[in-house]
Amino acid sequence: MSRAYIEFRNVFFRYSEDQPWVLKDVSFRIFSDQWVAIIGHNGSGKSTIAKLINGLLTPEKGEIIVDGLPVNEDTIWEIRRKVGMVFQNPDNQFVGTTVRDDVAFGLENRGVERREMIRRIDESLKAVAMADYRLQEPHRLSGGQKQRVAIAGVLAISPQVIILDEATAMLDPKGRKEIMDTVNELRTQERISLVTITHDLNEITQADQVIVMNQGEVYLEATPREVFLEETLLQTIGLDVPFVAKLANELNKDGNIISKQPLNQEELLEELWTYHSIK
Amino acid sequence: MDISFNQVSYTYQPNTPFEHHALKDLSFTIPSGSFVAVVGHTGSGKSTLIQHLNGLLRPTAGKVQIGDYHLMANKKVTSIKSLRKHVGVVFQYPEHQLFEETIKKDIAFGPRNFNTPQAEIEKRIPEVMAAVNLPLAILERPPFDLSGGQMRRVAIAGVLAMDPSVLVLDEPTAGLDPKGQQQIMDMFYQLHQEKKLTTILVTHSMEDALRYADHMIILDHGSKYMEGRPVDIFKEKEKLQAVQLDLPEIIHFLRRIEERFGISIPYRKQTMAELATEIKTKLKGVSKHE
Repeated sequence: MSRAYIEFRNVFFRYSEDQPWVLKDVSFRIFSDQWVAIIGHNGSGKSTIAKLINGLLTPEKGEIIVDGLPVNEDTIWEIRRKVGMVFQNPDNQFVGTTVRDDVAFGLENRGVERREMIRRIDESLKAVAMADYRLQEPHRLSGGQKQRVAIAGVLAISPQVIILDEATAMLDPKGRKEIMDTVNELRTQERISLVTITHDLNEITQADQVIVMNQGEVYLEATPREVFLEETLLQTIGLDVPFVAKLANELNKDGNIISKQPLNQEELLEELWTYHSIK
Repeated sequence: MDISFNQVSYTYQPNTPFEHHALKDLSFTIPSGSFVAVVGHTGSGKSTLIQHLNGLLRPTAGKVQIGDYHLMANKKVTSIKSLRKHVGVVFQYPEHQLFEETIKKDIAFGPRNFNTPQAEIEKRIPEVMAAVNLPLAILERPPFDLSGGQMRRVAIAGVLAMDPSVLVLDEPTAGLDPKGQQQIMDMFYQLHQEKKLTTILVTHSMEDALRYADHMIILDHGSKYMEGRPVDIFKEKEKLQAVQLDLPEIIHFLRRIEERFGISIPYRKQTMAELATEIKTKLKGVSKHE
């Protein structure tokens, strides 16, 4: 059994005392090696969770533990070495004038020795298939390429968890798929945990666990299959389920045609095949 | 307004090492009142195309016609401002462009620039607030207090307040949650029908193209790759895949049902409930014959 890598214990957060709570009594655990998707309507508190994990924001009440350390002023730099984050807009994240310099930035900040730095830059750019672009200017790259460089910057610091905060939202479907494939491959290779904060319903089908946020509270915590059974509930809080889940739920409305909630077309076709063969 | 592109090419930074041919010999017509989806992957020329629609760019070669307005190389359009009054463009993440201190002032900014009389602006504000489904009570509040989805609605209200007859939408649902996406698209579709607008939607969502558009234009490397009714376009899976575009999930699934069970269920905008019934009935029918 893997251990809890990130833990929220009764966390409350608001921007100031006269403002409403952004997070209300939020508790959950994310285990090492896991892929956890956090979904929720706009303004449900998803992104706040990401910013609390690496200490960009501080909770008013409650405790956040990352790799056994409580997140506070004394531990924040150590925690940021363990937690890599990629945000939505790649253009807001570049500091270097070349791809290589940009990836080097995080390493320089941590005082990594030069030879080691060069090795890590090469490796991480290779991992995201951007090695050929190391001398290019970041702003000349496509959106998907920019996000891959941002991910390389995160990989270079060898984090134990990668958080993608709507990191694929501005990409086209192809770019989105490339990024998710890259990150997921790295996750299994490097045995790190992955937290994706997303609106993309199809993306959550690949996660091990889903945390559904609603108005600052954890609304549901379950596997994708379990989440997809709750179509009506999700719709009442501004979310939805993917096409395959919707059709399966509709097919099951009068009689149990589908025995196991399908995650993809293949599984739904199998279920239909069984239904069609029995009679 | 009818829109036509006649052999339009556009080149960025011509005669320099950075020369880039963004549009190449592009021709198509969009009849007044139609809903057209423009599709293509990143870098295919979609953004360059829409910047021609309100004269932000002029073609390097060829001719763009929007109603009575003509855009050509080397010919300055004298009435560009009135063209922009007729063509409302909702750019990507339009909420980033909000700047006024109240929602009301922000919405009024566009029409005031076009010298619309104050009385007329006052009349339009409640109309556009209703169209984007925002309460009038918030008009005096700063737009920046709102949620992302609401800020986008304010920005859209500002475009609608100019009372355009052509509406250009560049990825209008990017970054919104699923419910917000559906609401915004349903809103545009309703406006399209009620106001008899000509709507041009730039999108990555094949689902939206299928659901809302009468006509689709697919771009690849600045050229027109395919054009036609969405249902016809989506019959050509291989051709789409060659330019890295997918089928809408429902179409893809219906194809696989046909491959697997030999039953054909044509897509005709059926609801999920209708589709489920159809699948069940047809699957039963198949097993009877075995």
